[in-house]
Amino acid sequence: MTSGKVVDSLWEVFLQEKNNSGHVHVGSLRASGSEEALQAARDVYARRGSPISIWVVLSESIVASTPADAPSFFDPKDAKSFRYPNYYKVPRTLKDA
Amino acid sequence: MTEASRQFDFEGRIARDEKIEPNDWMPSRYRRQLVRMISQHAHSEVVGMLPEGNWITRAPSLRRKISLLAKVQDEAGHGLYLYGAAETLGAEREDLINRLLGGDARYSSIFNYPSVTWGDVGVIGWLVDQAAMVNQTMLTKCSYGPYARAMIQICKEENFHKRQGMEIMAVLSAGTSAQRAMAQDALDRWWWPTLMMFGPPDEESPHSSELIGWKVKMKSNDELRQWFVDLAVPQAEALDLQIPDPELVRDSKTGHWISGPINWDEFRSILEGEGPCNRERIESRRESHFGGAWVREAARAYEEKCRKKKALERESL
Amino acid sequence: MVWEELRFQALLRHADDRLVLGHRLSEWCGHGPTLEEDIALSNVALDLLGQAKVIFEQSIKTDLKKRSVDDLIYFREIRGYRNVILVEQPNGDFACTILRQYFFDVFNRLWLNSLQSSIDKDLSSFARSALKEAIYHERHTKSWVVRLGDGTKESNERIQEAVSVFYPLSYEFFAQDEIDQKVFSKGLLPNTACFENVWKEEVALTLLEATLQFPKRTSTQMLRGREGRHTEHLDRILSEMQSLARAHPGASW
Repeated sequence: MTSGKVVDSLWEVFLQEKNNSGHVHVGSLRASGSEEALQAARDVYARRGSPISIWVVLSESIVASTPADAPSFFDPKDAKSFRYPNYYKVPRTLKDA
Repeated sequence: MTEASRQFDFEGRIARDEKIEPNDWMPSRYRRQLVRMISQHAHSEVVGMLPEGNWITRAPSLRRKISLLAKVQDEAGHGLYLYGAAETLGAEREDLINRLLGGDARYSSIFNYPSVTWGDVGVIGWLVDQAAMVNQTMLTKCSYGPYARAMIQICKEENFHKRQGMEIMAVLSAGTSAQRAMAQDALDRWWWPTLMMFGPPDEESPHSSELIGWKVKMKSNDELRQWFVDLAVPQAEALDLQIPDPELVRDSKTGHWISGPINWDEFRSILEGEGPCNRERIESRRESHFGGAWVREAARAYEEKCRKKKALERESL
Repeated sequence: MVWEELRFQALLRHADDRLVLGHRLSEWCGHGPTLEEDIALSNVALDLLGQAKVIFEQSIKTDLKKRSVDDLIYFREIRGYRNVILVEQPNGDFACTILRQYFFDVFNRLWLNSLQSSIDKDLSSFARSALKEAIYHERHTKSWVVRLGDGTKESNERIQEAVSVFYPLSYEFFAQDEIDQKVFSKGLLPNTACFENVWKEEVALTLLEATLQFPKRTSTQMLRGREGRHTEHLDRILSEMQSLARAHPGASW
């Protein structure tokens, strides 16, 4: 699809909706530089609600796992029952603080 | 994995209602069809700004002016979300827009009709946005994750669009005789084009069955059209306006409202570029896009200078 | 002039500035150089129209003719409009729009900042919320002034031309007549003379950063927008803006 032409960089936008929540991906935009990207993110993705913080990240900077990684990355996690509290048997009389 | 086992795996995921994400394997036809569909949708949002945008400067009260501007602005946002969704499939916005401006991509036929009175602004919000909502509500369940998520966001924002249209219609319908006539005239002109927005009848819809199989579309054109007609008929009655279809009847068994025949020749000629506004809509988009090229070049040149300056500063340290 | 009329006339000036400039920006909707900037310009337009609405609502409290906000907007003749000439200038290209907006944004930020200490509680609380908008507007347009000035040769020439055309019109922000002086002395509205030099210094610094030349001609005494003597551009704006409302007198919308 891409020819030799010059286009603005693609940026991914992450919005923090409220205090103590994480930044959530909301979409992307095109901008030539970081200040332009940040302002565009504010104008495009923060028109409603009252978000408290925005991240813009060059799309090309994101390193992502691939579907091929998935089985070896994620599948065995449920087998590790010792990571969960229910794995441990505690006498009923011994209450949590 | 072989191509066949990937295909098998992909179909299994579709069957289990799993979302397909940008990095996932997908058949190249699935990718192509999605790019086509999402970019058409994006183009429709952006071209769709023009008929209503035409009335921002003439809106008859400050309240209406602010609402209409906010609404048309939302359409630009929706276009942007959708171009973003298409870009996750490896398409570039610039290429997609160039195809639109070169006449090689389609957008919703409805925006090739002129908006010549304030009544048209009301009807576009009430009917055209409602029809779009019917379509988009279905697409929130689409199998391609970024498209489905863009649709959820868009549906949330569009809720006010339909209501502002209905409010305009209700006020016109209860207004002076000239205002009532304006409302009825707008409904007369926009009713049939709105029904055509859902696309050709199922038996003539070239992409439908494939898209439904992939759960990109969840319902057929005719099913969606019926859903819309059933919504709109009682609303027209509540607005005390007449739907311009003498054959419209309620099927007593199913409860559905059955429309008379749609003039598909008109639809086809609009798709072929012969609608009343095809040429001027694209011309207007061309002017904005190519007329703005120097702005985008300037911003890139400035960023390049900043980068060089920073690099020099680092070297001199 | 009685105090009610003075107050009304003084507020009308600032409401009209924002209405006319918001209207001008709204003409960009659907025609911006990028989708991102299309949305950004509409945001500014919406903020300005919102500010206009509040100031109109405050102004009509002492309108002796008891007009509504929409009466003022849609049924006032051109000679009754009190905005500065700068805001009615045509959008021109993106460089013109941005520069006109930047000049206004700096003025608006200074004006709102000072309005926070108005003796009128409604106006001071309005100023506190509107100031936040104005600070962002200025950040946005200032960064574009710098980008265009220090971008390509073409963008530099375009915005340089805008500087020489619009700078002399900025004179009107700070021109004062009897009405202004009376409302300043009562502590209702800011004394614009107090921040004329700040405006000039800040603008000069931005022009420098943007590698733009200071214009040869920096003011013109010919402007009388505050007295209702406008250019033909406002006539065109009004005949468009008021056309539908005037075609149906007495109708509600």
